[in-house]
Amino acid sequence: MSKKTYRQAINEGLVQEMHRDPSVILIGEDVAGGAGAGGDVDAWGGPMAVTKGLLSEFGPKRVLDTPISEAAYMGLAIGAAASGLRPVADLMFNDFIGVCFDQIVNQAAKYRYMYGGQDRIPLTVRTMIGAGLGISSQHSQCLYPVFSYFAGLKVVIPSGPYDAKGLLASAIRDDDPVIFCEHKMLYEMVEEVPDEPYAIPFGEAKFVREGEDVTIVALSRMVHIAMEAAESLAKEGIGCEVIDPRTTTPLDTESIIESVEETGRLVIVDEAGPRCGMASEIAAVVAEEAFSALNAPIIKVTPPYTPIPAAPNLEKLYIPDAGQVITAVHKVMGRE
Amino acid sequence: MDTAQGLIMKQSKTELLSAYRGMRTIRIFEDRMHVEFAGGGVPGFVHLYAGQEASAVGVCANLTDADILLNTHRAHGPAIARGADIFAVAKEIYCRGDGLCRGRGGSAHLHDVKSGLWGANSGVGSGVALGCGAALAARNNETGGIAVALVGDGGANQGVFLEAMNLASIWKLPVVIMVENNGYAEATAADYAIAGGDIHKRAAAFDMPGVVVDGHDYFAVYDAVLEAAERARAGHGPSLIEAKQRRYYGHFEGDAQSYRPKGEVEEYRKNRDCLKQFRQKVILDDLIATAELDAIDGEVGELIDRVYADAIAAPFPSEGEFMQYIYATDT
Ligand SMILES: Cc1ncc(C[n+]2csc(CCOP(=O)(O)OP(=O)(O)O)c2C)c(N)n1
Ligand SMILES: [Mg+2]
Repeated sequence: MSKKTYRQAINEGLVQEMHRDPSVILIGEDVAGGAGAGGDVDAWGGPMAVTKGLLSEFGPKRVLDTPISEAAYMGLAIGAAASGLRPVADLMFNDFIGVCFDQIVNQAAKYRYMYGGQDRIPLTVRTMIGAGLGISSQHSQCLYPVFSYFAGLKVVIPSGPYDAKGLLASAIRDDDPVIFCEHKMLYEMVEEVPDEPYAIPFGEAKFVREGEDVTIVALSRMVHIAMEAAESLAKEGIGCEVIDPRTTTPLDTESIIESVEETGRLVIVDEAGPRCGMASEIAAVVAEEAFSALNAPIIKVTPPYTPIPAAPNLEKLYIPDAGQVITAVHKVMGRE
Repeated sequence: MDTAQGLIMKQSKTELLSAYRGMRTIRIFEDRMHVEFAGGGVPGFVHLYAGQEASAVGVCANLTDADILLNTHRAHGPAIARGADIFAVAKEIYCRGDGLCRGRGGSAHLHDVKSGLWGANSGVGSGVALGCGAALAARNNETGGIAVALVGDGGANQGVFLEAMNLASIWKLPVVIMVENNGYAEATAADYAIAGGDIHKRAAAFDMPGVVVDGHDYFAVYDAVLEAAERARAGHGPSLIEAKQRRYYGHFEGDAQSYRPKGEVEEYRKNRDCLKQFRQKVILDDLIATAELDAIDGEVGELIDRVYADAIAAPFPSEGEFMQYIYATDT
């Protein structure tokens, strides 16, 4: 056990899984960096230096830098997965799914089903999500609700270093395609992380905080926003139960419903958009299955329905904050 | 004729002075941005164009008001070369309210419809397809305009690049594909990522002319674009130009660039620099006096000081307008 950043935890998880299973390969743009350039090799490890050192450790047969050809290398990764390799394909920003959407949602997601269960696609797509760096509409989205739409994919959204390492191990060991969504504002977050390998099962939500009055379901980075709000609400005597689903497919609806049945109130905090998002999905599940337990309407705290602006002041308005969560909790408590 | 004089005769002295001014403006603007970024205060990812000035300026010297230039994420230089208001360019990079895109886009998304500047796009390669659309519209509407799509060596490996080349060719669209091969896509060398090493050779497979030029030589770029633009304007269809060049800074600011061979940038700065090449040519041929060029350098330096002071002092977008410009009904 030692303190590690989200970045280090993911890097360590990759290294350990690659040692554990020689069929694991890493593929993507600048996952090493320096290919053919004449200076240092293994120079980048991606733009956020998450995969740095892997080329030096595992060599070019298992760590492959690609041209900027997402459609081709995603398709290749699926083909390799169908042939028994376990590729971890890096899609630098999840927004670039646009150029390889067909590969992921029409090929990977349906390959096993459509061919009658003959194949396994043990593919992990690592990708960056989230706003906060001021890099505008094409680099800042949270698209896990989009991925979660497609049966056949699994979707993981770790909110901290411990979960990131354990969920990554499960993703890599899983026999289905998994989209592993790393929030770019969490890379520096530090937590105690075991040094040895461990796997956290999918579909098991984490009760980050216990409380009797309101259930707050928060996703990815929003877990920390929800916790900030919950600490402050505790001072007013309002007990918030904060739940991190950790995976959106499979989704641990049981834990959410169990909690709402205790508290009777639900606030969902999601950085993905307000329409057709995870907040909408979770609200629908609870309305369907635990309606009678609710003492107040469910409130979704999400960004507004807009593309993401570059300007830091507007981007700040876009991202849900603790103040909005507190307002929502007051509202479900009838303390407006 | 391949003497400098021969090449230069195609352009008036005023045009040459303007080209030099354009390149110098971009250089000083980007050198200053490098310093300002290091000092904090510039939001987002910033990709500098220093070193590559002859490419955008050589392209834009051939464009008219009816033409469209498709920009890339390495956007500052081409935006300035195309004649977008440099004050508004700087303000957009600083995400200010009266920047080119009202602070919504930032450095990598400089776009100015009234200057015939489209893009900049951080979906690499997509400008080539959008450019085909601009070219189709120009032809249907008989504007006489053409589109020139800038794309990097990295962007050239997107599927859309090849699909758009094919479409441009079968429909003989008035489009010029300008590949700015600066040797790298992020930290990956073009020599590694481009099969066969040459992007211009792909043109033959799509039945269009493809040439390679020294992207640090303003005159070489100018000539290649002139020919391609004339061909497009005459209705003979697309061309591809591969302009080989190097950026002087990192992929983005903050890039340690350890992947680059030692001394590469110094070598380019010393022996290939577009401003040095230009000065040597015009001065050797007695076209322009050193003093005239030095005077431009001084004027540009003062302009850039004002541009930065203005941008830094400008306010961020008003929060009341946060939800504006999403649909065409919001004006
Ligand atoms: C579809 C897509 N994939 C990846 C990226 C991330 N990215 C941004 S710039 C860049 C390198 C582009 O290289 P090149 O086209 O040669 O342009 P240069 O940066 O050299 O000017 C990459 C990979 C992107 N913006 N879009
Ligand atoms: Mg390049």
